[in-house]
Amino acid sequence: MERALNKSRLILWSSVALLFVLLPFVFPGGFALSILSQLGIAIIFALSYNMLLGQTGLLSFGHAVYFGLGAFVTAHAINFVEAGVFGLPMSFMPLVGGLAGLVFSLLLGFVTTRRPGTPFAMISLGIAEMVAASALMFTTFFGGEGGIVTNRTAGGVVWGISYGPQIQVYYLIAVWCFISMALMFVITRTPLGRIANAVRDNPERTQFVGYNPTRVRWIMMSLAGFFAGIGGALTTINYEIITAESLGLMASGNVVLMAFIGGIGQFWGPIIGAVLVTFLQSFLSNFTQAWLLYFGLLFLLIILFSPGGISSLITIHAPVWRAGVMKRLLPSYMFALWAGLVTLTGIIGVIELLYRGTLVVGVNVAVTWVFSGLLVLVGAFFLRRAIRAVTQVWEDLTPELARWS
Amino acid sequence: MELGERMNQHALALVDVRKRFGQTEIINGVNLEIVAGERHALIGPNGAGKSTLFNLISGRFPVSSGSIALNGTDITSKEPQVINRLGLSRSFQINNIFPKLSVFENLRCSVLWVLGYRYSFFKRTSALRDAKESAERTLEMIGLENRREKMAGELTYAEQRALEIGITIASGANVILLDEPTAGMSRSETEVAVELISRVTEGKTLLMVEHDMGVVFDLADRISVLVYGEVIASGTPAEIRMSKKVQEAYLGTPIDGDEE
Repeated sequence: MERALNKSRLILWSSVALLFVLLPFVFPGGFALSILSQLGIAIIFALSYNMLLGQTGLLSFGHAVYFGLGAFVTAHAINFVEAGVFGLPMSFMPLVGGLAGLVFSLLLGFVTTRRPGTPFAMISLGIAEMVAASALMFTTFFGGEGGIVTNRTAGGVVWGISYGPQIQVYYLIAVWCFISMALMFVITRTPLGRIANAVRDNPERTQFVGYNPTRVRWIMMSLAGFFAGIGGALTTINYEIITAESLGLMASGNVVLMAFIGGIGQFWGPIIGAVLVTFLQSFLSNFTQAWLLYFGLLFLLIILFSPGGISSLITIHAPVWRAGVMKRLLPSYMFALWAGLVTLTGIIGVIELLYRGTLVVGVNVAVTWVFSGLLVLVGAFFLRRAIRAVTQVWEDLTPELARWS
Repeated sequence: MELGERMNQHALALVDVRKRFGQTEIINGVNLEIVAGERHALIGPNGAGKSTLFNLISGRFPVSSGSIALNGTDITSKEPQVINRLGLSRSFQINNIFPKLSVFENLRCSVLWVLGYRYSFFKRTSALRDAKESAERTLEMIGLENRREKMAGELTYAEQRALEIGITIASGANVILLDEPTAGMSRSETEVAVELISRVTEGKTLLMVEHDMGVVFDLADRISVLVYGEVIASGTPAEIRMSKKVQEAYLGTPIDGDEE
């Protein structure tokens, strides 16, 4: 049985690798490539964050510090390479960022991981604020408002790779993303990974089976800082510029959202979150200036209706799928989807009117107001019924599923 | 010199241990010796300080003064994990398990340190055969084989009690402290638990806090009575049963097996 499991896991990971290779062919073009590059970085960052939140139970509001510091150190390293201070192929530059992230998380983590829970969250916030403030004070290292500019082709051409074309940068990100994903997954299966889960569940008891929970948190945080640093280095290489924004509170908040939206209960949850959030930020912002509002709404909806994130929505359906009773759920889901779309259309109408319509007055605007309002009311009316219907089907299914498991 | 020798013969030796919380002295100069290999019960009325004493021995709280030795090694006010690594393991009165891990994982996590895997992140846990076998042995011992993959938080209360003992004994520590192992159990569950405790502490030193006198007289080789933070009597079950002092402490009611 274990062998079968290993085999299916091997197939899964090969498919992921293949996906990374094929994506630029499926979505060619400059815009797609730049999104794909961003995705790879976001995935590393979100997964590294979940080593803290999902696996060790540490809610950090300052994880971008290690991402950002990794990025800045990499920027300087690239500039040193360009100046001929030392030589290092660009392909290995992410290691520099990773090591920088590791060193800083070792140092800062030693202080922050002494206490779990709310104190940890508050201290992480304090550190984030402190580092963000220093970024504007120490301008030689952080470059002030303008940031640090680099040249990703500084390493010259190695094995025919110059890192001039974006496609080469994409594959660099893809390779490091794959390696980081695999390593972070493997860590969850090691004694440290298991004990981190135990510390998350009940830190006190781990002391009575011989472990020092502070030490466990510290090591996990250092490893998370290492991977965040790799992500930061890739950002530097990707954009050839790094500013203090990348280690600020916004960036730290963003990764919290990714993890929660994707779900912290499964290893792969944050991947979904990273993909979704990156997409929304890149696409939605093209269509509407109110995109942050929609983004906030999405976060709110997920926390309210599926606190375990999107990944938990998927996992709760696994037993339904196995029992072959998915079709019983479908009618109520379709109903909910329809009602949800009607409500959403209405809400979009209202939001956009509020956002743009305030300056324009006319019959058309009045009609749109009434129409959108109506859609919201009608949608909400049916949505309530749909939710009740979904709940009812789940209640009917529960005893059947219990028999299956 | 004499003190050192006394400490050496005993699995546990407490010398004039005191604990104050603010102005209140909860533990009032306890002297207690637990002989290696015996099953020792600590009894006493509510609020006598039994659980506090456990917390002092196991390092959960630091002592205010006095000293505690484990197999001759001074463990006074050491951190819990340090004491645990020296071979003392304890259970809790209120279930203190890893609720989101499977039953098997609860037990495997409890043996990782003692098997030397520490904070390793270079080894796959599933490849550690000794950890797996050790966890499975404990699983069988506590009779939860058919709950192996269940999340610990989803077990029934009595099953969680058994797991609580399982986590405590998994590492093979030779000094076991059990804090009210049968608390909240029905008569039949208690019988199963007593049988379990006597099985898993075979050849080990056991110190347990217990309110159920039936359990105490079934299991204990020796009994100590703690009243208002002081040990007022120590002896065999027969001696304790006859002791005037103990009877007075229990408001004149003779101690027998039917007390709930």
